[in-house]
Amino acid sequence: MIELTGVHKSFGANHVLRGVDASISKGEVVCIIGPSGSGKSTILRCINGLESYDKGDIRVDGLRVDRRGPDITAIRTRVSMVFQRFNLFPHRTALENVIEGPVFVKREPRALAIERGRQLLDRVGLGDKADAHPAQLSGGQMQRVAIARALAMQPEAILFDEPTSALDPELVGEVLGVMRTLAEEGMTMAVVTHEMGFAREVADRVLFIDHGVIVEQGAAKELLSNPQNPRTQDFLRRVLRPI
Amino acid sequence: MFWKDASAFMPILLQGLQLTVAVTLGSLLLSTLLGLFWALMRVSGVTPLVWLAKSVVNVIRGIPILVLLFYIYFVLPELGITMTAMQAGILGLGIAYSAYQAENFRAGIEAIDHGQVEAAQSLGMSWIMMMRRVILPQAVRIVLPPYGNTMVMMLKDSSQASTITVAELMLKGQMLAASTFKNSTVFTLVALLYLVMSVPLILFVGWLERRNMPKR
Repeated sequence: MIELTGVHKSFGANHVLRGVDASISKGEVVCIIGPSGSGKSTILRCINGLESYDKGDIRVDGLRVDRRGPDITAIRTRVSMVFQRFNLFPHRTALENVIEGPVFVKREPRALAIERGRQLLDRVGLGDKADAHPAQLSGGQMQRVAIARALAMQPEAILFDEPTSALDPELVGEVLGVMRTLAEEGMTMAVVTHEMGFAREVADRVLFIDHGVIVEQGAAKELLSNPQNPRTQDFLRRVLRPI
Repeated sequence: MFWKDASAFMPILLQGLQLTVAVTLGSLLLSTLLGLFWALMRVSGVTPLVWLAKSVVNVIRGIPILVLLFYIYFVLPELGITMTAMQAGILGLGIAYSAYQAENFRAGIEAIDHGQVEAAQSLGMSWIMMMRRVILPQAVRIVLPPYGNTMVMMLKDSSQASTITVAELMLKGQMLAASTFKNSTVFTLVALLYLVMSVPLILFVGWLERRNMPKR
Protein backbone atom coordinates (compact mmCIF):
# COMPACT_ATOMS: atom_id res chain seq x y z
CA MET A 1 0.00 0.00 0.00
CA ILE A 2 3.07 2.29 0.35
CA GLU A 3 5.45 2.47 -2.60
CA LEU A 4 8.70 4.44 -2.82
CA THR A 5 10.49 4.65 -6.15
CA GLY A 6 13.86 6.33 -6.62
CA VAL A 7 13.31 8.85 -3.83
CA HIS A 8 15.96 11.54 -3.42
CA LYS A 9 16.03 14.25 -0.78
CA SER A 10 18.61 16.88 0.12
CA PHE A 11 18.79 19.31 3.00
CA GLY A 12 20.95 21.98 1.38
CA ALA A 13 24.25 20.33 0.49
CA ASN A 14 23.40 17.27 2.55
CA HIS A 15 22.12 14.54 0.23
CA VAL A 16 20.11 12.50 2.74
CA LEU A 17 18.17 10.08 0.54
CA ARG A 18 19.99 8.84 -2.54
CA GLY A 19 17.46 6.79 -4.43
CA VAL A 20 15.29 4.80 -2.05
CA ASP A 21 13.10 2.04 -3.48
CA ALA A 22 10.86 0.26 -1.04
CA SER A 23 7.34 -0.99 -0.60
CA ILE A 24 5.22 -1.91 2.34
CA SER A 25 2.24 -4.17 1.77
CA LYS A 26 -0.97 -4.26 3.71
CA GLY A 27 -0.62 -5.94 7.10
CA GLU A 28 3.14 -5.95 6.95
CA VAL A 29 5.39 -4.79 9.79
CA VAL A 30 8.64 -3.31 8.48
CA CYS A 31 11.44 -2.13 10.74
CA ILE A 32 13.90 0.40 9.39
CA ILE A 33 17.31 0.29 11.03
CA GLY A 34 20.59 2.05 10.37
CA PRO A 35 23.12 4.48 11.82
CA SER A 36 21.98 7.92 12.93
CA GLY A 37 21.89 10.39 10.08
CA SER A 38 21.38 7.60 7.57
CA GLY A 39 17.98 8.93 6.46
CA LYS A 40 15.67 6.50 8.29
CA SER A 41 13.44 9.14 9.84
CA THR A 42 13.45 11.21 6.67
CA ILE A 43 11.88 8.29 4.80
CA LEU A 44 8.94 8.17 7.22
CA ARG A 45 8.59 11.93 7.20
CA CYS A 46 8.46 11.95 3.39
CA ILE A 47 5.76 9.26 3.35
CA ASN A 48 3.59 11.42 5.61
CA GLY A 49 4.38 14.60 3.67
CA LEU A 50 6.06 16.28 6.63
CA GLU A 51 9.06 16.70 4.33
CA SER A 52 9.03 17.22 0.60
CA TYR A 53 11.28 15.09 -1.59
CA ASP A 54 13.28 16.23 -4.60
CA LYS A 55 13.07 13.32 -7.01
CA GLY A 56 11.22 10.04 -7.37
CA ASP A 57 7.75 8.96 -6.39
CA ILE A 58 5.99 8.05 -3.17
CA ARG A 59 2.51 6.61 -3.37
CA VAL A 60 0.00 5.61 -0.71
CA ASP A 61 -2.80 3.47 -2.11
CA GLY A 62 -1.85 4.84 -5.51
CA LEU A 63 -2.16 8.50 -4.39
CA ARG A 64 1.02 10.47 -4.97
CA VAL A 65 2.41 12.07 -1.82
CA ASP A 66 2.85 15.79 -2.42
CA ARG A 67 2.79 17.90 0.69
CA ARG A 68 1.31 20.83 -1.22
CA GLY A 69 -1.03 18.66 -3.28
CA PRO A 70 -4.78 18.14 -2.91
CA ASP A 71 -4.52 14.52 -1.69
CA ILE A 72 -2.32 15.21 1.30
CA THR A 73 -5.14 15.26 3.86
CA ALA A 74 -6.52 12.00 2.52
CA ILE A 75 -3.05 10.47 2.74
CA ARG A 76 -2.45 11.72 6.26
CA THR A 77 -5.75 10.35 7.51
CA ARG A 78 -4.80 6.96 6.04
CA VAL A 79 -1.25 6.94 7.34
CA SER A 80 -0.82 8.13 10.93
CA MET A 81 2.43 9.06 12.57
CA VAL A 82 3.90 8.49 16.04
CA PHE A 83 6.84 10.70 16.95
CA GLN A 84 10.00 10.20 18.97
CA ARG A 85 9.08 13.09 21.24
CA PHE A 86 5.34 12.19 21.36
CA ASN A 87 4.23 15.71 20.33
CA LEU A 88 1.04 15.49 22.35
CA PHE A 89 -0.95 18.72 22.61
CA PRO A 90 0.01 19.93 26.11
CA HIS A 91 -3.06 22.13 26.51
CA ARG A 92 -5.46 19.23 26.07
CA THR A 93 -6.21 16.15 28.14
CA ALA A 94 -5.30 12.64 27.01
CA LEU A 95 -8.85 12.06 25.76
CA GLU A 96 -8.97 15.44 24.02
CA ASN A 97 -5.69 14.62 22.29
CA VAL A 98 -7.18 11.37 21.04
CA ILE A 99 -10.46 12.85 19.73
CA GLU A 100 -8.88 15.97 18.18
CA GLY A 101 -8.36 14.38 14.76
CA PRO A 102 -11.68 12.50 14.53
CA VAL A 103 -13.76 15.49 15.64
CA PHE A 104 -12.00 18.32 13.83
CA VAL A 105 -10.46 16.66 10.77
CA LYS A 106 -12.81 13.76 10.09
CA ARG A 107 -15.87 15.62 11.43
CA GLU A 108 -17.13 12.68 13.45
CA PRO A 109 -19.89 13.38 15.99
CA ARG A 110 -18.26 14.32 19.28
CA ALA A 111 -20.13 11.74 21.38
CA LEU A 112 -19.07 8.92 19.10
CA ALA A 113 -15.46 10.14 19.06
CA ILE A 114 -15.40 10.31 22.86
CA GLU A 115 -16.78 6.80 23.18
CA ARG A 116 -14.20 5.43 20.75
CA GLY A 117 -11.47 7.55 22.30
CA ARG A 118 -12.12 6.00 25.71
CA GLN A 119 -12.00 2.53 24.18
CA LEU A 120 -8.66 3.35 22.56
CA LEU A 121 -7.22 4.66 25.82
CA ASP A 122 -8.40 1.42 27.46
CA ARG A 123 -6.68 -0.51 24.72
CA VAL A 124 -3.32 1.15 25.43
CA GLY A 125 -3.88 0.62 29.15
CA LEU A 126 -4.66 4.24 30.03
CA GLY A 127 -8.42 4.18 30.57
CA ASP A 128 -7.95 5.87 33.95
CA LYS A 129 -5.84 8.71 32.52
CA ALA A 130 -8.44 10.13 30.11
CA ASP A 131 -8.61 13.46 31.95
CA ALA A 132 -4.90 13.82 32.68
CA HIS A 133 -2.85 16.44 30.87
CA PRO A 134 0.37 15.31 29.16
CA ALA A 135 2.49 17.02 31.84
CA GLN A 136 0.95 14.64 34.39
CA LEU A 137 1.95 11.52 32.44
CA SER A 138 5.20 9.59 32.20
CA GLY A 139 7.03 9.31 28.90
CA GLY A 140 5.71 5.81 28.33
CA GLN A 141 2.16 6.93 29.07
CA MET A 142 2.49 9.92 26.75
CA GLN A 143 3.72 7.71 23.93
CA ARG A 144 0.80 5.33 24.47
CA VAL A 145 -1.62 8.27 24.30
CA ALA A 146 0.13 9.29 21.07
CA ILE A 147 -0.44 5.79 19.70
CA ALA A 148 -4.12 6.01 20.69
CA ARG A 149 -4.29 9.39 18.94
CA ALA A 150 -2.85 7.82 15.79
CA LEU A 151 -5.28 4.88 16.00
CA ALA A 152 -8.24 7.24 16.46
CA MET A 153 -7.85 8.31 12.84
CA GLN A 154 -8.62 4.66 11.90
CA PRO A 155 -5.54 4.63 9.68
CA GLU A 156 -4.55 1.88 7.29
CA ALA A 157 -0.94 2.18 8.40
CA ILE A 158 1.04 3.79 11.21
CA LEU A 159 4.55 5.19 10.90
CA PHE A 160 6.61 5.07 14.10
CA ASP A 161 9.63 7.40 14.20
CA GLU A 162 11.93 6.05 16.94
CA PRO A 163 8.98 5.69 19.31
CA THR A 164 11.05 4.54 22.29
CA SER A 165 14.24 6.56 21.85
CA ALA A 166 13.15 9.36 24.19
CA LEU A 167 12.01 6.99 26.93
CA ASP A 168 13.68 5.90 30.13
CA PRO A 169 14.75 2.27 29.70
CA GLU A 170 12.17 0.89 32.13
CA LEU A 171 9.33 2.52 30.15
CA VAL A 172 10.33 1.12 26.75
CA GLY A 173 8.59 -2.21 27.35
CA GLU A 174 5.09 -0.80 27.84
CA VAL A 175 5.24 1.04 24.50
CA LEU A 176 6.73 -1.90 22.60
CA GLY A 177 4.03 -4.10 24.17
CA VAL A 178 1.27 -1.94 22.69
CA MET A 179 3.02 -1.94 19.32
CA ARG A 180 3.39 -5.71 19.38
CA THR A 181 -0.35 -6.07 20.02
CA LEU A 182 -1.09 -3.79 17.09
CA ALA A 183 1.18 -5.84 14.87
CA GLU A 184 -0.52 -9.04 15.93
CA GLU A 185 -3.89 -7.50 15.09
CA GLY A 186 -2.68 -6.96 11.54
CA MET A 187 -1.90 -3.24 11.50
CA THR A 188 0.43 -2.14 8.72
CA MET A 189 3.44 -0.58 10.41
CA ALA A 190 6.73 1.04 9.45
CA VAL A 191 8.96 1.43 12.48
CA VAL A 192 12.25 3.30 12.63
CA THR A 193 13.90 1.80 15.68
CA HIS A 194 17.06 0.83 17.51
CA GLU A 195 15.22 -1.95 19.37
CA MET A 196 16.70 -4.97 17.65
CA GLY A 197 14.81 -7.33 19.94
CA PHE A 198 11.52 -5.82 18.80
CA ALA A 199 12.59 -5.97 15.16
CA ARG A 200 13.54 -9.62 15.47
CA GLU A 201 10.35 -10.64 17.28
CA VAL A 202 7.70 -8.51 15.63
CA ALA A 203 8.85 -7.34 12.22
CA ASP A 204 8.14 -9.27 9.05
CA ARG A 205 10.89 -7.50 7.22
CA VAL A 206 13.87 -5.31 8.10
CA LEU A 207 15.42 -2.60 5.93
CA PHE A 208 18.97 -1.54 6.68
CA ILE A 209 19.68 2.01 5.53
CA ASP A 210 23.08 3.65 5.33
CA HIS A 211 24.07 6.91 3.63
CA GLY A 212 20.61 7.33 2.15
CA VAL A 213 20.26 3.99 0.38
CA ILE A 214 18.78 0.66 1.35
CA VAL A 215 21.89 -1.45 1.73
CA GLU A 216 20.19 -4.68 2.63
CA GLN A 217 16.69 -5.93 3.29
CA GLY A 218 15.07 -9.20 4.10
CA ALA A 219 13.06 -11.26 6.54
CA ALA A 220 13.68 -9.95 10.05
CA LYS A 221 15.24 -13.01 11.67
CA GLU A 222 17.27 -13.77 8.58
CA LEU A 223 18.77 -10.29 8.23
CA LEU A 224 19.41 -9.75 11.92
CA SER A 225 21.09 -13.08 12.58
CA ASN A 226 22.80 -13.55 9.27
CA PRO A 227 23.52 -10.19 7.59
CA GLN A 228 25.21 -10.43 4.20
CA ASN A 229 26.46 -6.91 3.59
CA PRO A 230 29.62 -5.86 5.49
CA ARG A 231 28.06 -2.52 6.46
CA THR A 232 25.05 -4.30 7.97
CA GLN A 233 27.35 -6.69 9.78
CA ASP A 234 29.39 -3.80 11.14
CA PHE A 235 26.29 -1.87 12.26
CA LEU A 236 24.69 -4.84 13.97
CA ARG A 237 27.94 -5.67 15.76
CA ARG A 238 28.07 -2.14 17.16
CA VAL A 239 24.42 -2.10 18.19
CA LEU A 240 24.32 -5.55 19.75
CA ARG A 241 27.69 -5.28 21.52
CA PRO A 242 28.18 -1.60 22.29
CA ILE A 243 31.16 -2.15 24.61
CA MET B 1 -8.64 73.62 49.45
CA PHE B 2 -7.44 70.63 47.39
CA TRP B 3 -10.50 68.58 48.32
CA LYS B 4 -12.91 71.38 47.54
CA ASP B 5 -11.36 71.92 44.09
CA ALA B 6 -11.07 68.22 43.54
CA SER B 7 -14.75 67.60 44.16
CA ALA B 8 -15.57 70.44 41.76
CA PHE B 9 -13.24 69.13 39.04
CA MET B 10 -14.00 65.43 39.34
CA PRO B 11 -17.29 65.37 37.37
CA ILE B 12 -15.57 67.06 34.43
CA LEU B 13 -12.55 64.80 34.60
CA LEU B 14 -14.78 61.74 34.85
CA GLN B 15 -16.44 62.73 31.57
CA GLY B 16 -12.99 62.71 30.04
CA LEU B 17 -12.22 59.41 31.69
CA GLN B 18 -15.17 57.81 29.91
CA LEU B 19 -13.71 58.81 26.57
CA THR B 20 -10.26 57.60 27.67
CA VAL B 21 -11.76 54.18 28.40
CA ALA B 22 -13.60 54.19 25.07
CA VAL B 23 -10.48 55.14 23.08
CA THR B 24 -8.39 52.56 24.93
CA LEU B 25 -10.85 49.71 24.47
CA GLY B 26 -11.53 50.58 20.85
CA SER B 27 -7.87 50.83 19.88
CA LEU B 28 -6.99 47.75 21.96
CA LEU B 29 -9.55 45.70 20.04
CA LEU B 30 -8.43 47.09 16.69
CA SER B 31 -4.72 46.63 17.42
CA THR B 32 -5.29 43.06 18.62
CA LEU B 33 -7.21 42.04 15.50
CA LEU B 34 -4.84 43.84 13.12
CA GLY B 35 -1.78 42.60 15.03
CA LEU B 36 -3.00 39.01 14.85
CA PHE B 37 -3.62 39.47 11.13
CA TRP B 38 -0.07 40.77 10.50
CA ALA B 39 1.44 38.05 12.69
CA LEU B 40 -0.44 35.26 10.87
CA MET B 41 0.67 36.69 7.53
CA ARG B 42 4.22 36.84 8.84
CA VAL B 43 4.29 33.16 9.88
CA SER B 44 2.24 31.93 6.90
CA GLY B 45 5.33 30.85 4.98
CA VAL B 46 3.86 32.45 1.82
CA THR B 47 6.65 34.73 0.63
CA PRO B 48 4.60 37.71 -0.65
CA LEU B 49 2.48 37.73 2.52
CA VAL B 50 5.57 37.49 4.71
CA TRP B 51 7.14 40.46 2.95
CA LEU B 52 3.95 42.47 3.05
CA ALA B 53 3.58 41.87 6.78
CA LYS B 54 7.22 42.75 7.42
CA SER B 55 6.92 46.00 5.47
CA VAL B 56 3.66 47.06 7.07
CA VAL B 57 5.00 46.43 10.57
CA ASN B 58 8.23 48.30 9.89
CA VAL B 59 6.49 51.28 8.32
CA ILE B 60 4.06 51.53 11.23
CA ARG B 61 6.85 51.17 13.80
CA GLY B 62 8.85 53.87 12.07
CA ILE B 63 6.16 56.57 12.29
CA PRO B 64 5.47 58.40 15.57
CA ILE B 65 1.95 57.91 16.92
CA LEU B 66 1.39 61.69 16.87
CA VAL B 67 2.24 61.90 13.19
CA LEU B 68 -0.06 58.98 12.45
CA LEU B 69 -2.92 60.63 14.36
CA PHE B 70 -2.41 63.97 12.59
CA TYR B 71 -2.22 62.22 9.26
CA ILE B 72 -5.48 60.38 9.78
CA TYR B 73 -7.34 63.34 11.23
CA PHE B 74 -6.01 66.19 9.07
CA VAL B 75 -4.71 64.65 5.82
CA LEU B 76 -7.26 61.93 5.07
CA PRO B 77 -10.13 64.50 4.88
CA GLU B 78 -8.27 66.08 1.95
CA LEU B 79 -8.65 62.72 0.22
CA GLY B 80 -12.34 62.72 1.00
CA ILE B 81 -12.13 60.42 4.03
CA THR B 82 -13.57 62.22 7.02
CA MET B 83 -14.18 60.85 10.45
CA THR B 84 -14.84 62.11 13.94
CA ALA B 85 -11.91 62.85 16.24
CA MET B 86 -12.87 59.81 18.29
CA GLN B 87 -12.83 57.50 15.24
CA ALA B 88 -9.52 58.94 14.07
CA GLY B 89 -8.04 58.47 17.55
CA ILE B 90 -9.09 54.84 17.76
CA LEU B 91 -7.92 54.14 14.22
CA GLY B 92 -4.55 55.85 14.72
CA LEU B 93 -3.74 54.26 18.05
CA GLY B 94 -5.07 50.90 16.86
CA ILE B 95 -2.85 50.92 13.76
CA ALA B 96 0.18 52.21 15.65
CA TYR B 97 -0.05 49.53 18.29
CA SER B 98 -0.92 46.74 15.84
CA ALA B 99 2.77 46.64 14.89
CA TYR B 100 3.85 45.93 18.47
CA GLN B 101 1.02 43.46 18.96
CA ALA B 102 2.06 41.68 15.75
CA GLU B 103 5.64 41.25 16.89
CA ASN B 104 4.46 40.06 20.28
CA PHE B 105 2.07 37.52 18.75
CA ARG B 106 4.71 36.33 16.31
CA ALA B 107 7.15 35.73 19.15
CA GLY B 108 4.49 33.67 20.93
CA ILE B 109 3.66 31.63 17.83
CA GLU B 110 7.31 30.97 16.98
CA ALA B 111 8.03 29.86 20.54
CA ILE B 112 5.76 26.83 20.12
CA ASP B 113 7.72 23.61 19.57
CA HIS B 114 7.81 22.59 15.91
CA GLY B 115 6.71 19.10 16.96
CA GLN B 116 3.26 20.59 17.55
CA VAL B 117 3.09 21.69 13.91
CA GLU B 118 4.11 18.21 12.77
CA ALA B 119 1.59 16.51 15.05
CA ALA B 120 -1.17 18.77 13.71
CA GLN B 121 -0.11 18.19 10.10
CA SER B 122 0.13 14.44 10.56
CA LEU B 123 -3.49 14.45 11.76
CA GLY B 124 -4.40 16.06 8.45
CA MET B 125 -5.15 19.52 9.84
CA SER B 126 -5.22 22.49 7.51
CA TRP B 127 -3.01 25.48 8.34
CA ILE B 128 -5.93 27.48 9.66
CA MET B 129 -7.20 24.65 11.83
CA MET B 130 -3.71 24.03 13.17
CA MET B 131 -3.44 27.70 14.17
CA ARG B 132 -6.86 27.72 15.77
CA ARG B 133 -6.75 24.39 17.59
CA VAL B 134 -3.06 23.83 18.33
CA ILE B 135 -0.75 26.82 18.00
CA LEU B 136 -2.72 29.90 19.10
CA PRO B 137 -4.18 28.35 22.29
CA GLN B 138 -0.63 27.57 23.40
CA ALA B 139 0.79 30.89 22.22
CA VAL B 140 -1.74 32.83 24.31
CA ARG B 141 0.01 31.76 27.49
CA ILE B 142 3.35 33.09 26.26
CA VAL B 143 1.89 36.28 24.84
CA LEU B 144 -0.18 37.34 27.88
CA PRO B 145 2.47 39.07 30.04
CA PRO B 146 3.71 41.38 27.25
CA TYR B 147 0.09 41.84 26.14
CA GLY B 148 -0.74 43.16 29.60
CA ASN B 149 2.16 45.54 29.31
CA THR B 150 0.82 46.76 25.98
CA MET B 151 -2.64 47.28 27.47
CA VAL B 152 -1.25 49.60 30.14
CA MET B 153 0.87 51.45 27.57
CA MET B 154 -2.18 51.92 25.36
CA LEU B 155 -4.23 53.27 28.24
CA LYS B 156 -1.59 55.91 28.84
CA ASP B 157 -0.94 56.63 25.17
CA SER B 158 -4.65 57.22 24.64
CA SER B 159 -3.81 60.67 26.04
CA GLN B 160 -2.20 61.42 22.69
CA ALA B 161 -5.68 61.48 21.19
CA SER B 162 -6.07 64.80 23.03
CA THR B 163 -3.89 66.35 20.31
CA ILE B 164 -6.59 65.72 17.73
CA THR B 165 -9.33 67.17 19.94
CA VAL B 166 -10.66 63.97 21.52
CA ALA B 167 -11.95 65.33 24.84
CA GLU B 168 -10.54 62.52 26.93
CA LEU B 169 -9.02 62.77 30.38
CA MET B 170 -5.85 64.59 29.37
CA LEU B 171 -7.57 67.20 27.23
CA LYS B 172 -10.24 67.80 29.90
CA GLY B 173 -7.42 68.29 32.40
CA GLN B 174 -5.60 70.72 30.17
CA MET B 175 -8.76 72.74 29.62
CA LEU B 176 -9.55 72.80 33.34
CA ALA B 177 -6.02 73.83 34.21
CA ALA B 178 -6.03 76.57 31.60
CA SER B 179 -9.28 78.05 32.83
CA THR B 180 -8.68 77.74 36.59
CA PHE B 181 -4.87 77.96 36.87
CA LYS B 182 -5.08 75.15 39.45
CA ASN B 183 -2.35 73.17 37.73
CA SER B 184 -1.23 71.11 40.70
CA THR B 185 -4.74 70.01 41.70
CA VAL B 186 -5.82 69.21 38.17
CA PHE B 187 -2.76 67.27 37.06
CA THR B 188 -2.47 65.41 40.37
CA LEU B 189 -6.05 64.25 39.83
CA VAL B 190 -5.34 63.33 36.23
CA ALA B 191 -2.26 61.32 37.24
CA LEU B 192 -4.20 59.56 39.99
CA LEU B 193 -7.05 58.69 37.64
CA TYR B 194 -4.65 57.09 35.12
CA LEU B 195 -3.04 55.16 37.95
CA VAL B 196 -6.41 54.01 39.28
CA MET B 197 -7.28 52.67 35.82
CA SER B 198 -3.91 50.95 35.33
CA VAL B 199 -3.91 48.95 38.54
CA PRO B 200 -7.05 46.90 37.78
CA LEU B 201 -5.67 46.23 34.29
CA ILE B 202 -2.43 44.91 35.77
CA LEU B 203 -4.36 42.74 38.23
CA PHE B 204 -6.62 41.49 35.44
CA VAL B 205 -3.65 40.33 33.37
CA GLY B 206 -2.14 38.62 36.41
CA TRP B 207 -5.41 36.76 36.87
CA LEU B 208 -5.50 35.77 33.18
CA GLU B 209 -1.95 34.46 33.44
CA ARG B 210 -2.75 32.33 36.46
CA ARG B 211 -5.88 31.01 34.79
CA ASN B 212 -3.87 29.96 31.74
CA MET B 213 -1.09 28.22 33.66
CA PRO B 214 -0.40 24.75 32.28
CA LYS B 215 -2.02 21.99 34.34
CA ARG B 216 0.44 20.06 36.46
